[in-house]
Amino acid sequence: MNRTPFIVRFLQATPKSGWISLAVFALLTLVIIPVLHLAVAEGSAFHVSSYVVTLVGKILCYAIVAVAMDLIWGYAGILSLGHGLFFALGGYAFGMYLMRQIGRDGSYKADLPDFMVFLDWKELPWYWTGSDSFIWAAVLVLVVPALVAFAFGFFAFRSRIKGVYFSIITQAMTFAAMLLFFRNETGFGGNNGFTDFKRILGHSITSPEMRVTLFGLSALMLMATLVLGRYIVTSKFGRVLAAIRDAESRVMFLGYNPLYYKLAIWTLSALLCGIAGALYVPQVGIINPGEMSTANSIEIAIWVAVGGRATLIGPVIGAAIVNLSKSFFTQAFPEYWLFFLGALFVVVTLWLPNGVVGLWQQMRQQMQQKRRAKA
Amino acid sequence: MSDSGHMLIPDEVDLSHNVILYLDQISVSFDGFKALNDLTLTIDAGELRCIIGPNGAGKTTMMDVITGKTRADKGKAFFGQTINLREMTEPEIAHAGIGRKFQKPTIFENLTVFENLELAMKMDKRARTSLFAWLDDAGRDKVLDVLRQIRLDGESERQAGLLSHGQKQWLEIGMLLMQDPKLLLLDEPVAGMTDDETARTGELFKSLAGKHSLVVVEHDMAFIEQLGGKVTVLHEGSVLAEGSLATVQNDQRVIEVYLGR
Ligand SMILES: Nc1ncnc2c1ncn2[C@@H]1O[C@H](COP(=O)(O)OP(=O)(O)OP(=O)(O)O)[C@@H](O)[C@H]1O
Ligand SMILES: [Mg+2]
Repeated sequence: MNRTPFIVRFLQATPKSGWISLAVFALLTLVIIPVLHLAVAEGSAFHVSSYVVTLVGKILCYAIVAVAMDLIWGYAGILSLGHGLFFALGGYAFGMYLMRQIGRDGSYKADLPDFMVFLDWKELPWYWTGSDSFIWAAVLVLVVPALVAFAFGFFAFRSRIKGVYFSIITQAMTFAAMLLFFRNETGFGGNNGFTDFKRILGHSITSPEMRVTLFGLSALMLMATLVLGRYIVTSKFGRVLAAIRDAESRVMFLGYNPLYYKLAIWTLSALLCGIAGALYVPQVGIINPGEMSTANSIEIAIWVAVGGRATLIGPVIGAAIVNLSKSFFTQAFPEYWLFFLGALFVVVTLWLPNGVVGLWQQMRQQMQQKRRAKA
Repeated sequence: MSDSGHMLIPDEVDLSHNVILYLDQISVSFDGFKALNDLTLTIDAGELRCIIGPNGAGKTTMMDVITGKTRADKGKAFFGQTINLREMTEPEIAHAGIGRKFQKPTIFENLTVFENLELAMKMDKRARTSLFAWLDDAGRDKVLDVLRQIRLDGESERQAGLLSHGQKQWLEIGMLLMQDPKLLLLDEPVAGMTDDETARTGELFKSLAGKHSLVVVEHDMAFIEQLGGKVTVLHEGSVLAEGSLATVQNDQRVIEVYLGR
């Protein structure tokens, strides 16, 4: 019997139609949009403006978060209402590096970041050690959110905290972190957070090339997340997760310890959020504790619910729909955005339990049935 | 809690005194109510034991204690001579070789029949292993084999939640067969089955005895008669009588609390 090599199985988990869609997506995000932004003159009808690139880039980061959320909520049945924290931690970890890259170009022309000069600090706190290194920043982005999630998850899952209780303590977790980051003494810029970034690796952060690079990296990361997610949910590991969602005690009596399954997918989910946060911050140019607000984390769950849980592509669509509407509303009728979001959530909960993707699947089935009835 | 996976796959259960399960003076109370009261019970290796008793006698609670779902307040619970069940978690107990069928059929409703059986298969069940695991031909054959045994070979790709009640019972029994435990605890396995299905279940259990040990909780007297093993009567959390079905059926106290009604 010859074994199929792992890498082949990994890639085969995504079906052919998935790969075709990914190829189209790659063409669009890695070739067409960059060319239309960089090479087509601004006056031209074909020019893609920096506003659009930044907006779509932002949504790509949100989509990564939504897929990460789907892995834990859609596939393992664990609703986190604190995922904004992991996103923000990734953003802050990379933000520290961005602050150091400002160098002496800040308003105080000092070696220390402006907010520290303002607080009359004379040197960097110990936890800023190494923050001028890009490599170290990347390490922090990968390690900090994952480590926080691991520690939190270990205790919560070991204590067998489930369902709505788990959701509530994740809310408390992100809220507590927000309060901590609001304090100036914490050393992360208080309520202003980090902003006025100038450079990455010495290159200007506002240049069109940098914009397109960050945009492309976000697109690549989203594609990688989807391929990885597809492998996980179709693997035996993914089936055990679905089994835990259905009947956790049965899983235990079969000899599986749900703790490690939950902890693994939970930590991975947080890690993906952290990466998304690190890609997001340089594109929008700011990170502050508002990202850790409870409302933000709830919104993530709404993206997934709108798109369709346990579908992987659904959350991407959900994140796009909600955030495009958001940028439309906040410009046209800012005061109505929250009403719209609330109404959307009610509609989805009542009539679209499987989200937009579920609706699409249902319609396709009905059409097939009709066709069969005719034939 | 230790990971079922990090622990070593236990050595053979020590059956040197020919005893596979030994409960000694086990008590469990819920808010002062004694569900098990100094329960002492011994199951021999290879035995097929039936447990009967009125509703609320503590039959399910006994299985909960053996499988680690409920913690005993006091007493001893040993699997073979050496494995102390009171110190182990549910997955560890399952690994040691105790399998269980719940009173209410408990299967994975959103997975297919095939996937239900696949997950039950005896193998390394660590998260890390599952991530890279894949079903080889031998595993597939094993699943197909059990599918035939439980007569669900036509339903292999069907979503388990769509099966009939009787079929769900069979599927859960099939999962136990995949798990291949040394001791099987079966809580009302034929509830909701037709007479024909019940008779076939009886045949299956009898064929398993010897190589496996079985503890069957049932209310169906005809089924217990078919199984033909020793019968233990539980009442108010302890053993009221024990012996052949005929012996306990003629026991005056048993007639009073259970059979007579
Ligand atoms: N988790 C619990 N909390 C409180 N009381 C419980 C709990 N589990 C069982 N009991 C009580 O313990 C007693 C024994 O219950 P158990 O389920 O073991 O009975 P049983 O013999 O299996 O009955 P049946 O034939 O109805 O299945 C019952 O009175 C029940 O109400
Ligand atoms: Mg019971």
